[in-house]
Formats: sequence, structure tokens, C-alpha cells
Amino acid sequence: MSSTIETLRRMAGDIARNFEAMGHDQAVLATADHIYQFWDPRMKAMIFADDHSKLIPIARDAIEHLAEKGHPGSQTRATKWNDVDGVGRSDAG
Amino acid sequence: MGYERQKDFGTPESRSTEQVTLTIDGRDVTVPAGTSVMRAASESGGKIPKLCATDNMKSFGSCRLCLVEIEGAKGTPASCTTPVAPGMVVHTQTPRLEKLRKGVMELYISDHPLDCLTCSANNDCELQEEAANVGLRDVRFGYDGDNHLALATDHSNPYFDFDPSKCIVCSRCVRACDEVQGTFALTIDGRGFASMVSAGQDEDNFLSSECVSCGACVQACPTATLREKSVKAIGLPERAVVTTCAYCGVGCTFRAEMRGEQLVRMMPWKDGKANRGHSCVKGRFAYGYANHKDRILNPMIRESIDQPWREVSWEEALSHTASKLKAIKAEHGPAALGGITSSRCTNEETYLVQKLVRAVFGTNNVDTCARVCHSPTGYGLKTTFGTSAGTQDFDSVMDADVMMVIGANPTDAHPVFASRMKRRLRQGAKLIVIDPRRIDLVRSAHIEAAHHLPLQPGTNVAVLTSLAHVIVTEGLANEDFIRARCDWDEYQDWARFVSDEKHSPEFLEAVTRVPAEDVRKAARLYATGGNGAIYYGLGVTEHSQGSSAVIAIANLAMCTGNIGRPGVGVNPLRGQNNVQGSCDMGSFPHELPGYRHIHDHEVRALFEKDWGVALDPEPGLRINNMLDAACDGTFKAVYIQGEDILQSDPNTKHVSAGLEAMELVIVHDLFLNETANYAHVFLPGSTFLEKDGTFTNAERRIQPVRQVMEPANGYADWEVTQLLANALDAGWSYTHPSEIIDEIARLTPSFSGLNWDKLLEVGSVQWPINEAHPEGSPVMHVEGFVRGKGKFVVTEYVPTDEKTGPRYPLLLTTGRILSQYNVGAQTRRTANVMWHEEDLLEMHPADAENRGLKTGDWARLASRTGETTLRTLVTDRVAPGVVYTTFHHPSTQANVVTTDFSDWATNCPEYKVTAVQVMPSNGPSEWQEEYTELSERSRRIDPAMEPAE
Ligand code: SF4
Ligand code: SF4
Ligand code: SF4
Ligand code: FES
Repeated sequence: MSSTIETLRRMAGDIARNFEAMGHDQAVLATADHIYQFWDPRMKAMIFADDHSKLIPIARDAIEHLAEKGHPGSQTRATKWNDVDGVGRSDAG
Repeated sequence: MGYERQKDFGTPESRSTEQVTLTIDGRDVTVPAGTSVMRAASESGGKIPKLCATDNMKSFGSCRLCLVEIEGAKGTPASCTTPVAPGMVVHTQTPRLEKLRKGVMELYISDHPLDCLTCSANNDCELQEEAANVGLRDVRFGYDGDNHLALATDHSNPYFDFDPSKCIVCSRCVRACDEVQGTFALTIDGRGFASMVSAGQDEDNFLSSECVSCGACVQACPTATLREKSVKAIGLPERAVVTTCAYCGVGCTFRAEMRGEQLVRMMPWKDGKANRGHSCVKGRFAYGYANHKDRILNPMIRESIDQPWREVSWEEALSHTASKLKAIKAEHGPAALGGITSSRCTNEETYLVQKLVRAVFGTNNVDTCARVCHSPTGYGLKTTFGTSAGTQDFDSVMDADVMMVIGANPTDAHPVFASRMKRRLRQGAKLIVIDPRRIDLVRSAHIEAAHHLPLQPGTNVAVLTSLAHVIVTEGLANEDFIRARCDWDEYQDWARFVSDEKHSPEFLEAVTRVPAEDVRKAARLYATGGNGAIYYGLGVTEHSQGSSAVIAIANLAMCTGNIGRPGVGVNPLRGQNNVQGSCDMGSFPHELPGYRHIHDHEVRALFEKDWGVALDPEPGLRINNMLDAACDGTFKAVYIQGEDILQSDPNTKHVSAGLEAMELVIVHDLFLNETANYAHVFLPGSTFLEKDGTFTNAERRIQPVRQVMEPANGYADWEVTQLLANALDAGWSYTHPSEIIDEIARLTPSFSGLNWDKLLEVGSVQWPINEAHPEGSPVMHVEGFVRGKGKFVVTEYVPTDEKTGPRYPLLLTTGRILSQYNVGAQTRRTANVMWHEEDLLEMHPADAENRGLKTGDWARLASRTGETTLRTLVTDRVAPGVVYTTFHHPSTQANVVTTDFSDWATNCPEYKVTAVQVMPSNGPSEWQEEYTELSERSRRIDPAMEPAE
């Protein structure tokens, strides 16, 4: 059974690899945004405090971006949550 | 309300828009062209005697009871087979007709047992009724001619009997099985007097035949020949209440037909828009779990999980639980608490659980079982279209020309919808199946898929991208649609990506093992075959690329313009009855009801004002992260409503370690499920028959659930949650779920037009229901996408880390079967076990031979995570290198072998791909034995505390 930090590393790596096709810089922002949107504070704190050399570069840069500069803003790729035209923050409807 | 049978117009409704006026018995009647004279008479309040006609199947014209006279026409045509014509003048009652009808009836009755008084169908028999209607008083030929009265009854089916002595050979059952259900299990054997209904071959009975026990034939039978055993046992119903099935995401509506507080039978409701009067074995018959002896009716507590349970009063259970929760919160903070909502409970109950967690516990640690099934659907469809839901209603399938079924097995998991699909396929629609297994739909009676792409498990994204490659590079994309409706720049990026040679079917064949030519043909068919509709299931979502696969599906639909009208769309087939609803109700840790992110301060402010508390602005933990945090000591208590995470979630040992590490596990359920082995508080739950509320099915259809009997445990589930909240000083005061609906409508724009009275009045409604869509929304994205422009997203194929190798050379994939439902807690407690006593391991003959395994042998199934044993079924349904099993039985514990790998975006577990080895074995594994012992120990209820008998 893997430990929590191993799970978090794997999760960050999975997200990063799935954004990889966007190119490094964009993928870093998308990964950072994704983690910001979906992770609970203790998970973020844990991975911030981890040794990032074990991560693939996109994940590493994303975590460092998030830890140092904060949320990069909603990314247009895949993590843009719908501000539907005019309806604002629409819930799905 | 008294009991009345549902109205039967005799023949189906005509879909024609042209109107025809004729005269029936002196009355002018206007109906759509193509309507039968029988239906026209019936719709205008008349009633022509009939036996072989019924309105959910084509007319047959065999009984000759429905004769009419038509001015200017010769003879006495059958009204069920005669279409209306303009100016037609019809007489339904004349001395000549009377005489003819009596003669017909006399023949039937002379070969029919006259035991009406003791017959279970007495007063509920169309033959008896029509004999009275035609005024039959005597049978001139006597009763001692040749007859069928001595034929024996077939009792083999656990839910209904077949008594051929009462059969009038009207063929309604045969036609119901063919036309409505699509199973073709019944035939009329022999000719003339010797003709008889029979299930399968000579030696077959109903149980051993192809019959899937859907009940359509029983419903269609006008006599007591096919009859529910429950009606024989209890008697005829006295009242009927329309409610919704609590099993799968099809959401069939039924009339719960009651006698006093006893449920006599569940009869599919003909006006139900999801099922149109059809049902499957689960909803129709498998409700016996509701008062099974295993059901727990009293609250129970214990200090630690090695102790026996102690039954206590509701007051004691709630105050004990509340003081524990308060103490944990005081010591470890709100983030140490959490809750899990259930896709089996109502919207209102789910809403209350997430409200309890967010507003009373003070944390966003709330998640739901949809995490492990359709969370990627939420992510994928929201990203591309802007809404976390399927785009169509079920009726839409009748306008589809090409159906693409991906990672779904509708005939087993969504049987009533599968019957609709089959009906459309028999009308000529084409079918593409993308699935590692040869599911039944690929080849069944009168149906043959145009293409079956038997891909290697875990390669959905590769196959979907290669389909897109063919569509784009062969110039089949619908550029007009894309320019008008989608973001053109994003489309071009995506088109460049999929056009790359490395996404061609030829290049990917090595990975997907699907012949490139088949992929090309399937892509061409979907892009050019007319209306293309995609239906997908957990075979798409439960992968480490689940979200990417959903996005890839959405990309395909957008690039071919298959969105925004009937007959097309992207349709997730939801597993449980209320998966859609539980997601809509804010069960995910990052979203408030209506899929609005918890970071959004305006939305948060709306809820804070209404609820009168401050909300945590940060997302909470998902189920799997809750378990991790529990092992780390930062998560201490969980309230689990109606879900058995120990059995349903992956890597059972990880789940049990997490649960074991918690200080307080509260299980709120009908039965002591597997999770309850690790619980400290058990709060008994109520069944769907014992409460009011709503479920939302896979087509976003919100349907009422009605209380037909008092909760045996004392409280509906929403009441229990409210009691717990109030024990924590929340001060809630809901008196009926309708008040919870009002709150949901007040706070959620897509439900703003919803209220209980309206729902009861219209029967069901598909969200969004608001000012813009006052009557709801059968098809979404009609004018534009909810998010504005449709969004193409590049979907890189990132193979799973779960790899086969010399030690684990096979791939295991999992699924479910018709007669059982999920972890089986309900269906295992009904006669449905007759069809599925244990989980089996399906294996290709070549792999089985290599290992010396035969059907029926015990096999040891081992992965990197764990091992279990089960019996083998050798079949070429699965490809070489792939094995398959279901997860309905706790003793099998298929999830002992599944891994921690999960979808990159949502952590939906990768149930569908596990590298395994299979070896012969002598019996249960060590873990199974230990577990059986643990669960026996942990289910002890302190005898001293048991109420006196
Ligand atoms: S079993 Fe019932 S429905 Fe079937 S032919 Fe006989 S009477 Fe008709
Ligand atoms: S129960 Fe359903 S499947 Fe079985 S014979 Fe009747 S109609 Fe056919
Ligand atoms: S198809 Fe699903 S909703 Fe319909 S009766 Fe069967 S289990 Fe219930
Ligand atoms: S009802 Fe018309 S022929 Fe039987």
C-alpha cells in the first residue's frame, strides 16, 4: 500500500502527463490550476513540503508555481469552469 | 384512491402530424392519420371489445372480437387492424356484431376453466370482462369438447407462474417479448387447436429458457395464464401509487400496487417517460429486500469494532454520535470530519447530507459514490459542453441512425433502455460497439452490430482519437457546425493533434489490438450515417484516462455535428438510480449544488446567507484521500449514508485500513453492509417505498419517489440526517421533502422552476427547469452550448501505469449482470440469486487451457494488490489475454485485487484494468477466510440487548 505522499506524487504526475500535449509552460499552469481547484489544503501543504525532485518537470514546476506565486488563474484549457456567456457562474443550466 | 387498471387504447399512438376526421357511433372524432379505428373509438370515450390487442405493441388481428361495421365496406373488419380514413362512418355496436362477438367468445370460454371465483385474476381478467361486455350467458357447445384444462402449471420462475390451461393463445405475451423486450424467448408452437405458448425448446421451462424475467409478457397477458406469484399470495391490489425504481439510472416509473400496507406488485407505469411502460427483473420483481429479515430496524452503537453491537434508542444513538462528533471536532478541527452521500438515496436526502457536512460539520469533506463511477463524466462534459450531464432524453434513441456504444453493457446494466435501443436497431439503425467483451448487443435476436471493436482494456482514448483521426483526415468533419457552434481556433489545434500520423488507426493498432480497417469503417459510419448517438458507461470512466475518454467522446460528437437535436448526442448511462441527482446536489468536495465551485465567493455568499453560517472556501477531500488522511491521523470521523465503500471501492485493504484508523464511523443503511464491519454507530435506513422525495435519472429527469408504507425503522433517511444535524444544534425544521426541494430551487438556477406539486402534476421533468426552460429540457445545447462555444480539448493517450508483465500477464476487467445490482446488498436478498449465485471469472479458452482450467474450477486471481478465488467460466466472449468478473458478492471481494490507480482528473478508480495472474486453486484464499471470520465477528448483536420475541 502506498503512503499518502506517494499517492499525491502520483496524482500530480498523472495530471501533468495528461496536460503535457499543451507544451511545457501551458501544462504547468493547467496542472497548477487543477491542483488548486481540486485538492484539499492538507494535500497541497503536504506536496508543497515534499522533495520535488521526485516529480516529473511539469508537476514540479506546477507545484512550485502554486506554492510560490499562488493560483495562476483559471486556465483556458480543460480547467476553465464555465462562466457561461451572460449567465455568470451558471450551474450547468 | 381505488384500484383501476391502467387505460389501454388497444393499439399504439400514431406519430403522424396529419389529422383525420371520421364518425364513430354518430360522433365526430379527429385523430392523427395512421391511428386504428379501435384507438380512435377508445380515445373518444368508446370501448370496442378486444382480446389480442394492447397499446404497447402492433395490432395482430387474431381474436376477431373487435369487429366493427364500416359504411360502404364489405364484411366486418377488425377495428384493431383497420386504420382510420377521412369521412369513414363506423358502427361499433349492432345486432350483427353482437351475435358475431358472442360466437367468438363462446369458443374461447368453452376451452377455459370456469374457476373464476377462485382464480387469482378474478375481477382483473380481460377475458372475464369482455365475456360480460359481449353479454355471454351460456356456451352452446358445452364444456366437454377437447380442451387444454389438464395442462400443468410452470412454476419455475421465482416471480410468476405460467398456467397454460388458461391460455387463449392471443400471442400478446409472444409479441411483448419480441417487440417490447426484444428477447424473443416465447413462441407459439403447433397450429390450430394444438397451438400453445412455449418458452424456448421442448425441454425448457421459463427459468431455463432465454427469458430474462422482465415481466412484459405477464403484464400483457389478458388472462391468469401468466401471473405474478405475489398476486396469488396476497390478492388483488386496492390502490396504486406512481413511484420510481430505486435500482438503476434508467429510472423506470412504476405503479406500486398496494393492498393495505402490503406491496402486491410493481407494475410499470405506461405514462412513465423513461420506461414507457416497460421494466426489468430488478424493478419489477426484486423488491423483497425491503422487508428481508436481515434488515436492521434499531439504531446500534459500540465503542470499538471488536465488540458486539448494542441496540439503543434513537435518542441515545443520536446523542452519543453527536457528542463524539463534537469532541473530535473540538480536538482535531472540522477538517477531521466528513460525509459520503449516496446515489441510492433521494435528491433531498443527498442535499441534506452535504448541507450537514458543509454547514454543520463545517468542512467540505463530502464525496459520493459517483466518485467511483461517473465523476469523469462530470469533469469531461463540463469542460467541453459546460454541463455535467448527458445531452438527450431516452426517446431520442428512436431518431438515431447510428448508435455507438462504448464501455457499456446496456442489456445487463440498463435493460429497459436496451430494449428501446434494440427496437430502434430492428428498425434498421446501425450499431458500433467498442468494448473488450462481446456484449450481448453485438449479436442477439435480429440484431448484429455493424462493427465491434474489441479493444485492449485501457486503450479507449487511443481508439477514440484514432476515430477522430479518420474523421478529420478523410474530410468527414462537419465544419459548418464547428464554425457556428465551437471555438474554431481550439478546433484547429485539436484537428492538428488528431491528424498526426501517430494517432492513425494503423499506428495505434499495436496498442489497441483493433484492426485499423475496422476503426476506419466505424469512423466513416458514425460521421456519415445520419444521426449519430453515443452511449457510454463505466467502461469509459473507470480508467486512469476516464476524463480524457469522456472529453474524446465529446470531441467526436462536436466534430461531426452530432449535438443539439433528437437522435444524436453524448449519453452517459448512469449506474445507480440517482447518480445524476447526487452529483447535481453538491456531493463533490469542490462544488456546491448545481456544480458551482466552492471558491466562488458569490455563490458561497448565497448559501451562507440562506444557511446562516460561514462556509469553508477550500475544497474538501475525496473518498480515497479521506482514507489516506485517516491513515495519517488527520481524518477521524465519517458519516456514510447508503453506500458500502468497503465492497465497492478499489483496493479493499486500503479501504479497511482507512476505516479502521478512524475514531467514529457512522453507517446509515438498510443492512449491516461490509463497511459496517468497521463502524461504531449504525443508523437504520429506510427503503424507497417508505419515503417521499425525488430521483434524477440518466436523462436528467427528476421523478417523484412516493411513500407507500411507514418506515419500518421509524424514520425516512432525510429525517435521520435532520435528527443528527439537530443533535449537533443545527436547528433544522423540515417537515417534508417538498421544503427541501424549495430550498434547492431557491439556491440553484437550473432547478429554480421546480416544486413538488408541479412534479406530481406533470409526472417528471428534465432539468434545467427555470425561467428559460419552464417545462424542462429534453435535449440540451440546442441553440448553443451551455458554456457558450463548444470546447475541443486535446486528449493525449497516457497509458496506465498498470502494466502486464511475466508475473501478471492477463488484464482483468469488471462489470455487472442483469439480475444483480452493484454490491448486491439488495438483489442478493431476493430470488434474483437464482440467476447469479456467485461471481465467476470469465476466461478465453486458450488462456484457460494454458492453465489447465475448466468451467467450474476454482481459480486463484492475483494482482500486485491482492488475491482472491472464484470459479472459472470458459468463454470466447472475452479476448485472449483478458479476464472478466462481476463484483456482486462480498465473498468474492473482486476489489481485493483492484489497484489504487485512478483517473488523472477525478480519481475515479481504474476498476477496468488490473494486471493479474490466474492459477488453479483448491478454494477460498487466506484473505477470504480471514474476512469471513471478521465479518461474522463484527456482525454480532449483543443477545442481552435483543428485544424479547
Ligand atoms: S399466455 Fe396470456 S398473453 Fe400469452 S397467449 Fe396465452 S393468454 Fe395470451
Ligand atoms: S418475462 Fe420478459 S423475457 Fe421472459 S418471456 Fe416474458 S417478456 Fe420474454
Ligand atoms: S431498468 Fe433500471 S430503473 Fe428500470 S426497472 Fe430495471 S433496474 Fe429499475
Ligand atoms: S383485438 Fe382486434 S382482432 Fe383481437
